[in-house]
Amino acid sequence: MTSKKSAVTGKAIRRRSVLAGGAAVAAAVPLRFAAGQGKTLKIGLNVPRSGIQANFGQDSVRGVELALEVLAGKGYPKVEIVHVDNETKVDVGRAQAEKLIDQGCTMIIGCYDSGITSAVAQVCEQKSIPLVVNVAAAPQITDGRFKTVFRNFPTGPMIASDAFLLQKEVYEIAGKAPKSAVMLHANDTFGTSQKDASVRLIGNFGMPYKFEDVISYDPATRDLSAEVRKAKATNAELVWIITRLNDAIMIVQEMVKQRWVPMGIVSTGPGPYDDPFLKQLGKLSDDIINMVPWFDPNKAMSKAMIAAWSKKFPDRTLNTSVSHSFEATLIALDAYKRAGTSEPAKLIEALRKTNIADNVTVGPAITFDDKGQNTKTRNSAIQNRGGKLVSVAPKQAAVTKPIWPMRAWNARG
Amino acid sequence: MDTVTIINALVSGLLTGLVYGLSALGLSVIFGVIRIVNFAHGELMVLGMFMALLLFRWFGLDPLMAVPIGAAVLFAIGYALQHFVVRRVSYLPDHMQFLLLAGIAIMLVSGCLVIFGPDAQGVQLDYALDSFAIGNLIIDKVRLYAAIAAVAVASALLAFFKYSSTGRAIRACADNYLGAKVVGLNVDRLYALTFGIGAACIGAAGCIILLLVQVHPYLAPAYTLLAFVVVIVGGMGSLFGALLGGMLIGVSEELASVVLQPSMKTAFSFALLIVVLLLRPQGLLGRVAR
Repeated sequence: MTSKKSAVTGKAIRRRSVLAGGAAVAAAVPLRFAAGQGKTLKIGLNVPRSGIQANFGQDSVRGVELALEVLAGKGYPKVEIVHVDNETKVDVGRAQAEKLIDQGCTMIIGCYDSGITSAVAQVCEQKSIPLVVNVAAAPQITDGRFKTVFRNFPTGPMIASDAFLLQKEVYEIAGKAPKSAVMLHANDTFGTSQKDASVRLIGNFGMPYKFEDVISYDPATRDLSAEVRKAKATNAELVWIITRLNDAIMIVQEMVKQRWVPMGIVSTGPGPYDDPFLKQLGKLSDDIINMVPWFDPNKAMSKAMIAAWSKKFPDRTLNTSVSHSFEATLIALDAYKRAGTSEPAKLIEALRKTNIADNVTVGPAITFDDKGQNTKTRNSAIQNRGGKLVSVAPKQAAVTKPIWPMRAWNARG
Repeated sequence: MDTVTIINALVSGLLTGLVYGLSALGLSVIFGVIRIVNFAHGELMVLGMFMALLLFRWFGLDPLMAVPIGAAVLFAIGYALQHFVVRRVSYLPDHMQFLLLAGIAIMLVSGCLVIFGPDAQGVQLDYALDSFAIGNLIIDKVRLYAAIAAVAVASALLAFFKYSSTGRAIRACADNYLGAKVVGLNVDRLYALTFGIGAACIGAAGCIILLLVQVHPYLAPAYTLLAFVVVIVGGMGSLFGALLGGMLIGVSEELASVVLQPSMKTAFSFALLIVVLLLRPQGLLGRVAR
C-alpha cells in the first residue's frame, strides 16, 4: 500500500483515501448541476454597467426588470436574475460569463457590445449554455459557428440595408435628397462591422449619393475636433454617424463649433436617441434621424411595455437598449415556459422553436433560423424632436413627417 | 486637402498642444529637480479635474476661475506627498520609487471610483459651443481660453523659477544637490516645495482641461502616457521643452488626423516619440545627462 505523510496534519494519505475523495468530488459535481436544473431558472445578465457603454448597460438592466414585471402579469414563469458588470471590456465579459455559469446560471442574456458578445458566445458554446443576445450587431455572432446563441437583433448588414431603404423613403417624403455623404464611425467591433456593411451595400440600393470619405475614430477618444474638421472638408451634404454615446455628443458639439450645417445627419448606432444625448444637447439634438432597431408602438405588448415604463421611469426615454432587453427577457421566459425545466439542453431546444407573435419590436413574430438569427426583425427611422423620439418611417409605423433638411443650429427657437 | 482645413487644423493643434504642454510641465518640474518620475501624474490631474467639477456643481464656478483653488489644493497634496512619503524612499533604487508612485496612482483611481463613480462627467458652460470666425479660420472659444490660461500659468511658473529667490534656490538644487546642501539650502523643504509646485501645475492643467474633456477616473493613465510623450519629445526636465513638446504633439496629431486618418493620430505621436528617441534621446531641448 502506498502512503505519504500529509504536510498539514501529519496523518498518512493513502491511495485509497485519495480515490475515495476524488470519487466523492466527482459525484458532487453532477449533483450540483442536477440540483440547479430542477429549480427556478437562473439567468445571468451580462451587460456593461460601467465604462464607456455604462449608460446602455443600465438601460438594458431597466429593460429586463421591466419585462419581469410586465410578463409576470401575463402568465410567464418567475426566474432569478444574476447581475454582473462586464465593464465594457471583452476580457471582463468573458470572465463574468464563466462566473455566472459556475454560479448555476443556465441561460445568459447580454452583452450589449458586439466584441463582448462574441467572447461570451464562445464561453456559452463551450459550456453548452444558451445565450440570448439583447443588443449586438456584428454579423459573425450568428454566422453559424455557435449553436447556443440566439439573437433577436438585426445584424450590421440588416441595419445598413434597412437604413438605405428608410432613407429613400424619407427623401421621397421630403422631396430633397443629398448628393454626397461622409461617414464617421467608431472603430470598435460594432462600428466597423456597420461601416463595412454600409460601404459594401450602398451599390445595391441606387442611393442618390456616394461616400466622399469614411472616417474612423476611437470611441473612447478625448477629442473629435480633427475628425469633424476632416469630415467638413469633404463638403458632404449628408453626415452618417455610427457612434456610441459620448462620441455622438462630441461630434454634434464640434459641428456646432465649426459652424457646419449639412443637409442632415443620420445615425445607425446608439447615442443620438439616448437620454444623456437629448438632455445634454437640448435643441441641438433635434432633427437627427436614427435608422435603428425599434419597437412597434401599435403592438399590444409594446403598449404594455410603454405603460409600465412611463409609470416606472416618467423622466426617461424608452429606447432600443430597453426594448430589445425587454424582448430578450420575453424570449428567455417563453423558452423556459415551454421547456418546463432549467436544463440548458432543453432550453436550447425550446429557443430553436421560438415563435412569439405577441412581442414589441418591428417585424413579424420572433423566430430564429438555424444559425440562431431572427432574420425578419426590422428597423425604424426615428427623429429627435424637442427631446422626444418620433417615428417618421416606414410609413406603416410613422406618426409624423420628417423634418428634412435639418434646421440650422441657430434657427431652432 | 484644402489650405483652409490645414490652417484650421494647425491653429487647433497649437491651442490643444499648449494645454498638453501645461499638463506635462508638472512632470517635467518634478523630474528636473527631484529626479523622480511621477507615475501618479495623470491621477493627480484627474483629481484636479474632479475638484473643478465639484466647484462648478456646488458654486457654479467656471473651471478657469477654479484654477487658483485647484492649484493650491494640489500644491498642498504634492508638498505632503513629497515630505511624508516620497522623501522616505529617495535612497531606494529607481524601480522601487516607480512602484511607490504607481501604487499611489492606483489608490487615487480607486478613491475617485468610489467617490465619483466610473461614468464620464463634464461641465456645461454658456460659451461651450461658441467659436470666433476670422475669415475662413474658425477658432473654438473654449480651446482658445484654455490655451491662454495654459500660457498664463506656464509664464508664471517660468517667472517664478527665474526671478524669485526660492525659484533660484530650487534651480540650484537641481543643478548641484551637494553644492546646494553645502551652501546651507534646506534641500528637503525645497524638494517638497518643488513637488508641490509640480502638482499645482498639474492641478491647474486639470481645471483647464475640464473645459475640453469629460472626466472619469480611468482617464488618468492616458494623461500620464501623454505627459511622458510630451516631456520626452521636449526634453525631460526642460520647462520650455515641455511646452514645445506639447505644441508639437498637438499639431502633429491634428495634421495626422486631417491629412492621413484620425485613428492614426495617436500612432503618429508615438512615431514622433520614437524618432526623437532615436535621433536625439535627450529630447529637443533636454540636456545630456553627465
